[in-house]
Amino acid sequence: MALSGACRDLTILSVTEAGPEGGAHGCYYIELANPGLGSAVAGQFVMVRPACFGQDPVWPRPFSICRLTPEALTLFVQTCGRGTDVLCRLVPGDAVTVWGPLGQGFSLEPETPTLMLAGGVGLAPFVEYAATHPAPANLALVFGHRQPLSCYPFAEMANVVGRAEAFQENSPEDLPRFIELLEAKVAEYAGGLIVACGPRPFLMTVARLARRFGARAQVSLENRMACGVGGCLGCVEKNALGQYVQTCTQGPVFWVEELQLSEEA
Amino acid sequence: MSVDTSVRLPGMPVKNPVMTASGTFGYGLEFAPYGDLRALGGIVVKGLSLAPRLGNPMPRIAETPCGMLNAIGLQNCGVEKFLRDKLPRLPWRETPIIANLYACDADEFAELAGVLSAQEGVAALEVNISCPNVKAGGIAFGQDPAMAGKLAEAVKKRAGDKPVWVKLSPNVTDIVSIARAAVLGGADALTCINTLTGMSVDIRSRKPRLANVIGGLSGPAIKPVALRAVWQVCQAVSAPVIGVGGIASAEDVLEFILVGAHAVQIGTANFMRPDMAFRIAQRLPELMAELGINSLEEYRMSLLV
Repeated sequence: MALSGACRDLTILSVTEAGPEGGAHGCYYIELANPGLGSAVAGQFVMVRPACFGQDPVWPRPFSICRLTPEALTLFVQTCGRGTDVLCRLVPGDAVTVWGPLGQGFSLEPETPTLMLAGGVGLAPFVEYAATHPAPANLALVFGHRQPLSCYPFAEMANVVGRAEAFQENSPEDLPRFIELLEAKVAEYAGGLIVACGPRPFLMTVARLARRFGARAQVSLENRMACGVGGCLGCVEKNALGQYVQTCTQGPVFWVEELQLSEEA
Repeated sequence: MSVDTSVRLPGMPVKNPVMTASGTFGYGLEFAPYGDLRALGGIVVKGLSLAPRLGNPMPRIAETPCGMLNAIGLQNCGVEKFLRDKLPRLPWRETPIIANLYACDADEFAELAGVLSAQEGVAALEVNISCPNVKAGGIAFGQDPAMAGKLAEAVKKRAGDKPVWVKLSPNVTDIVSIARAAVLGGADALTCINTLTGMSVDIRSRKPRLANVIGGLSGPAIKPVALRAVWQVCQAVSAPVIGVGGIASAEDVLEFILVGAHAVQIGTANFMRPDMAFRIAQRLPELMAELGINSLEEYRMSLLV
């Protein structure tokens, strides 16, 4: 596991909106130059603070690492509030402070058939997962999404993943069918490894299915964080023993059996 | 020009006034990757209770304009685990480690003070009589002068040679009366201020943004309130005051010294970036040199009014 280093003052290389022309789907790739963050385990995250935040917003923002090379750190960001709104309007050359990689990433077992389950922007860490996996033929992906598929880094993953399926949810009636698909897939990979990232209801479904089929599964939580380094105790999650664990340092990736994953943490 | 950043606090030499506030810096170790803990003037660790505390349900934090609300509920590992696993790993010989105490009544405070004061690695005891997020004690202790005095006395009796700081709440009609009572009870110094109570709601879900509904407001938004409280308390009592509330730069540090604080604590700004306290400690002497301030002792309380 890479050690977290000091805060790095980086600059924006590019901010690119993804998806169909003129769509305004709110999905962006943010590239930062020469990150100098060392190596990362897919599922780890970075904290990001643009210089223009000043004193407001007070919190930096956590993002999972979508892709990390010596030349660039790529984040996949969907606008969902004032922090991401500012981030996605940055332009090349803008200053951003970044620290990480932080937390615990996904297990990687080259020889084990592995199912990646992603919901929406939760696809981000699996780009790095697939890119760094030594045997991508052992990887399969089920991706649920609402925006057009071209808004997400799916196509480049389909190239490296042995099997990739996308499911677009256009209306609430689609949800039961998506859950049926997840059910079949989790049953199929019950003897393998399942890694999941997406919204909390999605992760709760994955956890429920993994328990039902006795599958080994990990989920990556997106609990609200202030500091990202273990200082504030704001991002905690209840573990199986009823105690709080810190999503930032002990997670964000947890084995399903470690957690209660109730409606309210 | 070399400047003197040292300050005098009861019972401890302090190389610079930049400390970290309880609850915003973990047990110190979490921030070690981002700077040299020995460069800080002091580290006030997360509030400790005799037994471990689970804390409040989630969500516990909400962002607000220039600030944040928290209702962590004093989740902590308990004093025993702190002394066994955390304190030995902190650079307590070089930097004062201040234990922040939370308890539900005077007897429990006294017992906790007894345990902590026996530790060579603990430089001072900061008594939390002002946490807005716990049902028993907490803020209620800090709103009644008689109770504040009683708790200060209870802790002081068991504190041995350790200085006792009392951390005051701004959620009172008259902070000066509480400050006086705490000093009369035996407080060697006062920490001003804890968070302001506040709340945040979501008009769509119609839910409060904190499971606890009400939380404590912190961050740059509260700096003027903290500055006013420090100023008033410094005018009224002779005990040293440690200023805290919204400090996010070396300039902010000087503002608090200017109105009378001996030292300061960096709180929510540690969340802005984990090297914040280290950067401020490093920047302070440069800023002093730029402004022609030779020593903080000489600059302190020199506000022209």
